[in-house]
Amino acid sequence: MAAKEAREAVGEYKAGWHDPENATIRFDFGLSEQVVRDISALKNEPDWMTEIRVKAFHHFENRPMPTWGNMSMLEEIDFDSICYYLRSSDATEKDWEDVPENIRDTFDKLGIPEAEQKWLSGVTAQYESEAVYHSIREDLEQQGVIFLDMDSGLKEYPELVKKWFCSVVPYQDNKFSALNTAVWSGGSFIYVPKGVHVEMPVQAYFRINAKNMGQFERTLIIADEGSSIHYVEGCTAPTYSTDSLHSAVVELIALPGAHIRYSTVQNWSANVYNLVTKRGIAHENAKIEWVDGNIGSKLTMKYPAVILKGEGSHAEVISVAYSGKGQHQDAGAKIHHLASNTTSKILSKSISKDGGRGSYRGMVSVSPKAENCKLNVVCDALILDDGSRSDTYPTMEVANPSARCEHEASVSKVSDEQLFYLMSRGHSEEEALAMIVNGFFEPFTRELPMEYAVELNKLMALEMEGSIG
Amino acid sequence: MAADKPVLGISNLHAGIDDTPILRGIELEIPAGEIHAIMGRNGSGKTTTANIIMGHPDFEVTDGGVQLDGENLLDMEPWERARAGVFLSFQYPQAVPGLQVGNFLRKSVAAIRGEDEAKGAEFRKKLKDAMIELDIDRSFLGRYVNDGFSGGEKKRFEILQLMLLQPKLAILDETDSGLDIDGIRTVAKGINAAVRGTDSGALIITHYSRILEHVQPDRVHVLIKGRIVKSGGPELALELEERGYDWLEEEANPPNGNMEG
Repeated sequence: MAAKEAREAVGEYKAGWHDPENATIRFDFGLSEQVVRDISALKNEPDWMTEIRVKAFHHFENRPMPTWGNMSMLEEIDFDSICYYLRSSDATEKDWEDVPENIRDTFDKLGIPEAEQKWLSGVTAQYESEAVYHSIREDLEQQGVIFLDMDSGLKEYPELVKKWFCSVVPYQDNKFSALNTAVWSGGSFIYVPKGVHVEMPVQAYFRINAKNMGQFERTLIIADEGSSIHYVEGCTAPTYSTDSLHSAVVELIALPGAHIRYSTVQNWSANVYNLVTKRGIAHENAKIEWVDGNIGSKLTMKYPAVILKGEGSHAEVISVAYSGKGQHQDAGAKIHHLASNTTSKILSKSISKDGGRGSYRGMVSVSPKAENCKLNVVCDALILDDGSRSDTYPTMEVANPSARCEHEASVSKVSDEQLFYLMSRGHSEEEALAMIVNGFFEPFTRELPMEYAVELNKLMALEMEGSIG
Repeated sequence: MAADKPVLGISNLHAGIDDTPILRGIELEIPAGEIHAIMGRNGSGKTTTANIIMGHPDFEVTDGGVQLDGENLLDMEPWERARAGVFLSFQYPQAVPGLQVGNFLRKSVAAIRGEDEAKGAEFRKKLKDAMIELDIDRSFLGRYVNDGFSGGEKKRFEILQLMLLQPKLAILDETDSGLDIDGIRTVAKGINAAVRGTDSGALIITHYSRILEHVQPDRVHVLIKGRIVKSGGPELALELEERGYDWLEEEANPPNGNMEG
């Protein structure tokens, strides 16, 4: 019980510090067509991009809020009290030494430069609206791999961006994809040439620092024929009493035979709305995998999607969600089988605790012309106490009778006998609970790079601290 | 180790669950290096005794004491008892999906015997030797704790933990149930190795004498309705095998006997 009070006093969230705000450019709170035009002008963008931003803005204004997820939490978002653009550093540096000291310290504390040295092919670090640091290993550059922040991508490869931007997630897709398209800033632009395999992952790290901040990164990854890449992203923010908004759009294009794996460990502070649209298109024999961890945020609504457009393509969505006090993780997956002999697998694991709410929302469809598709959906929920909640909203629309569909769902609770067994081996009740929880997440963590898996286990152990009483 | 302080000392132990008394005045002492057996029918209070020594939160001790090397156990949490040197081999070990056996063993050894004992070549050798002794395949380390284990695998895994954790007091609750004769022999080897010639003690809980043919107990105690009604040498186990428990129940509750509190 003492542990619980201590936790509440100190706060268990370990990335909740903030730096003094040293904005070089900061827009006033609120959103208008002028704000959208100003962002585009500031970035010196081509007209087509300005136009699409403005169209998206009007669509956002007219589009009603989603009618799923958590409507009462969505209604609480005050779009007028959000800052839509904030720049803290005038340049994207290639050397950490050149990044402003405060910001560099923050990324140091988050372990980014260290991870970069050990096991990454490239890193982009975004702070508020812009990338402050960016690097890619020389050998990859020599092989023609493009890895840039999205703004630089648009400047240096306008034709490539124009061809693919909004091709997977049109701005009309939903209210928040419209918002992102209107005010996007930062994110990653990646092109992997034919046949090139990027062996080590590239990483993007997104940090919000300011209060009432809106972060709207935009990511576009194109893996050309027979290539492969693993992209990893992490995110954190300071803890404030007022809300911030993170609304990203990610578009993946896996051309024939390509393989894209996109891993996320989202650990936003509990005052961040995380409303993200992620979708990929898989061409013939291509493979797209989303490995999606949702630990933080106030409300997350995110359903990584794959459109299996080419014959023989494959999709996997493996996700975990942890919902603690005051949190709602409305997460899941969408997979559309448009072509024959396509296969998909969804594994969703959710834990709710201290009154938290976890929902699995999934949609799998098979179109009439798609023959011999295989679908497998497994969702497991673990509820740690009586006041917490877990819901499952699975939808399957199968219009071709040759499809083989499997669906399993389970809801379980931690039993006293399990805890006693582990305690009898010298583990405190909290440690025992963390072992059970980490075990429950293991099918997910084993898909992550080892360093990330260790980090996630530590994170979950922290969440379990003081949870017994 | 002081000879006057037994590894396990239980005096006048009364305990129950939800106001239902189960144990009604247990007296028991296990000196260092000895193996004792508690025998009795189902429902006599054998498993309750094991659970109370380990600190299961469902049971309430209403009177009496339990000491390990003279130290009061009843004020300790289960994990503190484990760290103090109590080990319970469960009748029904619990599955923990996703928790790998190798990882769990290392963490448990670290929690009970200290970080230094749980790493390096020495630990790996100990683990390997114990697994060979118990005829456990190496692939076992990658499986999840008790998840999908057969009855025999679960029992072998309990004994593997016993051998690595090297407790002062090992309690083995129905370790022989669900094992074939080879399994019993293997497990018995593990128990003997963990106790004989050490300062430790063991308490074997069983309702058959089968395992006692392979682990020779120093003393056998018969538990009936929450009380030890008879104690004796290993020959008592054989006598029970032949005669059953009825004669002892009559001795414990003679038709005209005094019923005391």
